[in-house]
Amino acid sequence: MSEQPLLKVTIDNITIEVPAGTTILHAARKIGGEVAPPAMCYYSKLEGSGGKCRTCLVEVSKGSEKDPRPMPKLVASCRTTVMDGMEVKNITSEKVIDARNGVVEFLLLNHPLDCPVCDQAGECHLQDLSYNHGKAGTRYEFQRRTFKKHNLGEHIQLHMTRCILCYRCVFTADQLTKKREHGVLDRGDHAEIATFIEKNLDNEFIGNVIDVCPVGALTDKTFRFKNRVWFLKPMDAHRNCPTCSGKVTLWNRGEEVFRVTARKDQWGEVEDWICNTCRFETKNASDWVIEGPRMIDRHSVISQGHYAGNIGTHVPTETFEAVNHGRQPQLLMDIHDVSKVNKPGSSLAKLKGPAHSKDFNNNQD
Amino acid sequence: MQALTNRRKEVSRKPMTFIESLYIPAILKGMGITFRHIFTKNPTIRYPEQKRPFSPVFRGLHVLNRDEAGRERCTACGLCAVACPAEAITMEAAERVPGEESKYREEKYAAKYEINMLRCIFCGLCEDACPKDAIYLSETVTPANYTRKGFIYGKEDLLIPNRNVELEEYAEAIGESRRKY
Repeated sequence: MSEQPLLKVTIDNITIEVPAGTTILHAARKIGGEVAPPAMCYYSKLEGSGGKCRTCLVEVSKGSEKDPRPMPKLVASCRTTVMDGMEVKNITSEKVIDARNGVVEFLLLNHPLDCPVCDQAGECHLQDLSYNHGKAGTRYEFQRRTFKKHNLGEHIQLHMTRCILCYRCVFTADQLTKKREHGVLDRGDHAEIATFIEKNLDNEFIGNVIDVCPVGALTDKTFRFKNRVWFLKPMDAHRNCPTCSGKVTLWNRGEEVFRVTARKDQWGEVEDWICNTCRFETKNASDWVIEGPRMIDRHSVISQGHYAGNIGTHVPTETFEAVNHGRQPQLLMDIHDVSKVNKPGSSLAKLKGPAHSKDFNNNQD
Repeated sequence: MQALTNRRKEVSRKPMTFIESLYIPAILKGMGITFRHIFTKNPTIRYPEQKRPFSPVFRGLHVLNRDEAGRERCTACGLCAVACPAEAITMEAAERVPGEESKYREEKYAAKYEINMLRCIFCGLCEDACPKDAIYLSETVTPANYTRKGFIYGKEDLLIPNRNVELEEYAEAIGESRRKY
């Protein structure tokens, strides 16, 4: 194995050497940056994923050193392995950009425009993709395909209307857990992710389907409508968990833990799978050892209002009392006396599910 | 030294002539200016009775809009709060339960919505950011108050009256200019 020769592949005029059996997508990710094609269905940690969404299409302008003919059609880079001397065009090819725009238009045909409501907004791959490639309007003149909301167990909400049928969650449930209980029912336009006869999913690792979902089809019910991701502060934290690695990202607001997710790398793929106990049931700051703020891409909306260094992880020392002989600063107004939002005593994060009107009537003063 | 403008005038230190020392021509000249103003147009208006028209781009107090059926448009997406340079807007969202469809337009709504008018700079970026046409800046100047407490505007202060139920309040809210919110 170690004696395998490295293959030379050129992607967007950048040459890289990779071992045989590497896909074009992986070679491009090795180069990194803009060269890496976007992927909606492919997930490097899930066996068999990829080849469904067609967003990672690339043009192969030279097949290999031995057979330099170009490939007749655009190929899905997540499923095509490299050959020696292969030349690939991704963002340098007009054809690829055009095809990708078309694919995005197809993905958005039935996708509802409910980003203001959706909890995935801000970290949604389809949102990023359509920002880069999509058109402002749609040419589709028919009624959009809609489904009823499903409850996949007590912690996971399925919005089938938003699903792009990437099958990632099916692979996750299949490979990560002992027995799979949800899959794709029906065919073609009617295909939908569902548990057979609404059977609950109760596997210790099933919460990971929320993280692998590239859109907002599978969302965390314990976080549902609580807050927007860009108002939360992502923190790396760990905990001594008997079932999983316990390495997570906490999404905090002040001291409150609003959401727990797995740590995601730069391609949006999770680094370590986490268990349901970590994700849904440990939402106290005292359960976790906080390592520091999570590095978020500067261009992401999540990084707004975040600062470098240890800001947010320590309480700054107040100098007012020290220099004024122990006198407290005189406040003209304490905002919590007047404001009804973010009351110090009541916490939205502690609610099991989304807040309803009765939750707000109860603690009204 | 180079002059900043061409209107610079050297101070004259010549002694006054006899005519000038009588001051009468200068007084008459000054009175002439005063009397001329009697016949010019008065630039002031009698404010509470008379009001100047607002500029069409005037940005005043915020309103939270309703749709034609009187349902609240705001879905608590947080885009106004993230666009706000003064960080004046805060909100808490809730899920609509069955039976509340006539009150809220979307499945999620703002259960609490607050604008801190002490922080607000009336830039109108919240209005630009809103994807649901829910927040508008009206032609009302934010009223003054004796205490700071009165400047935290909640949803009950911001929400426009329901046009199908509270007819009089709605007519009053949209004002004389009949501007459609």
